[in-house]
Amino acid sequence: MTRRSSFAAGARDTLPMVIGAAPFGVIFGTLVAAGPLAAWQGQLMSLSVYAGSSQFIALGLVAGHAGLAVIWLTTLIVNLRHALYAATLLPHVAHLPARWRWTLGFFLTDETFAVMAGYYARQPRAPLGHWYFLGSCLSMYANWQFWTLVGLLFGAAFPQLQSLGLDFAMVATFIAIVVPQLASLPNFAAAVAAGGVAYLGQDVPYKLGLMAAVVAGVAVGMALQRWRSGGLEAGRREEEAA
Amino acid sequence: MTNTVMILGMAAVTVFVKAALFVLGDRVVFPPLLKQALGFVPVTVLTAIIVPMILSPNGEGLELTWTNPQLVGALAAVLACVVTGKQLLTIAVALGVFFTWQLGVLA
Repeated sequence: MTRRSSFAAGARDTLPMVIGAAPFGVIFGTLVAAGPLAAWQGQLMSLSVYAGSSQFIALGLVAGHAGLAVIWLTTLIVNLRHALYAATLLPHVAHLPARWRWTLGFFLTDETFAVMAGYYARQPRAPLGHWYFLGSCLSMYANWQFWTLVGLLFGAAFPQLQSLGLDFAMVATFIAIVVPQLASLPNFAAAVAAGGVAYLGQDVPYKLGLMAAVVAGVAVGMALQRWRSGGLEAGRREEEAA
Repeated sequence: MTNTVMILGMAAVTVFVKAALFVLGDRVVFPPLLKQALGFVPVTVLTAIIVPMILSPNGEGLELTWTNPQLVGALAAVLACVVTGKQLLTIAVALGVFFTWQLGVLA
């Protein structure tokens, strides 16, 4: 594995996510073109904020004449899940130089987190993993910029993009990442709990339903893991006693 | 002007949330219990993101029917993943079934 091949592998493995995100980039650009922001401000938002759901929500808040503080606080809450991603991936990047950690942090998204979680599950100690990470980040970023621009310029030409269901590419990839991890009972139960709460909480604003789902899933997984290791310890004590 | 300030403020907030932990690096030490909890983040958050997209793709309640291509495609993906254990093949099968369903069976 060279730096270049690792980078290329990261970009390649992110391809389904890139396809899935494309229509949302176009739709975002279209909404900007139809709203109070200038076109260049829409592109600036994609370039600098680079977090899809908060960008959509901000457009809604601007249209509703919300104040700056409300918009910034909403951005904070909606993007809070990224801190969870960073915490999870931290052991794999903590050794890198600061410029790498700033870069990879800036480019972190749902999609790249998914790709990296799958990658590190397969190879936890890959020495060039950060090049793979960067490949995933940059293909996702370039894609978002490109489709934002297309939406800003030609949005009106693609009225039915959302109904094509290209975002299913993301669903398929997430399934391919998650299913192999369901073999352990605590993981399986955690996923079931998270999925259930996420379904019930999908209309809760600011993605808080998603956060609640993660908390519920983690709690269930931890409880089962402790119960099992407790059971193992009890078993060991019985063996020792016998 | 206000809108540009709004956007740059959003960017600052988002970069802080995304990059702060990475930038702190080795200076962040998680207690063992938290480490154990973080181990469950990938499987829970990825499931939590996709389950609503599969079960109610139109945001209008539960669609547990064969006319829901997301559900059919997702079931095909799970099956392909369990049987083959291959990631790319799983994605290919899922997309194939999904688009066949959407553009062929239901059209």
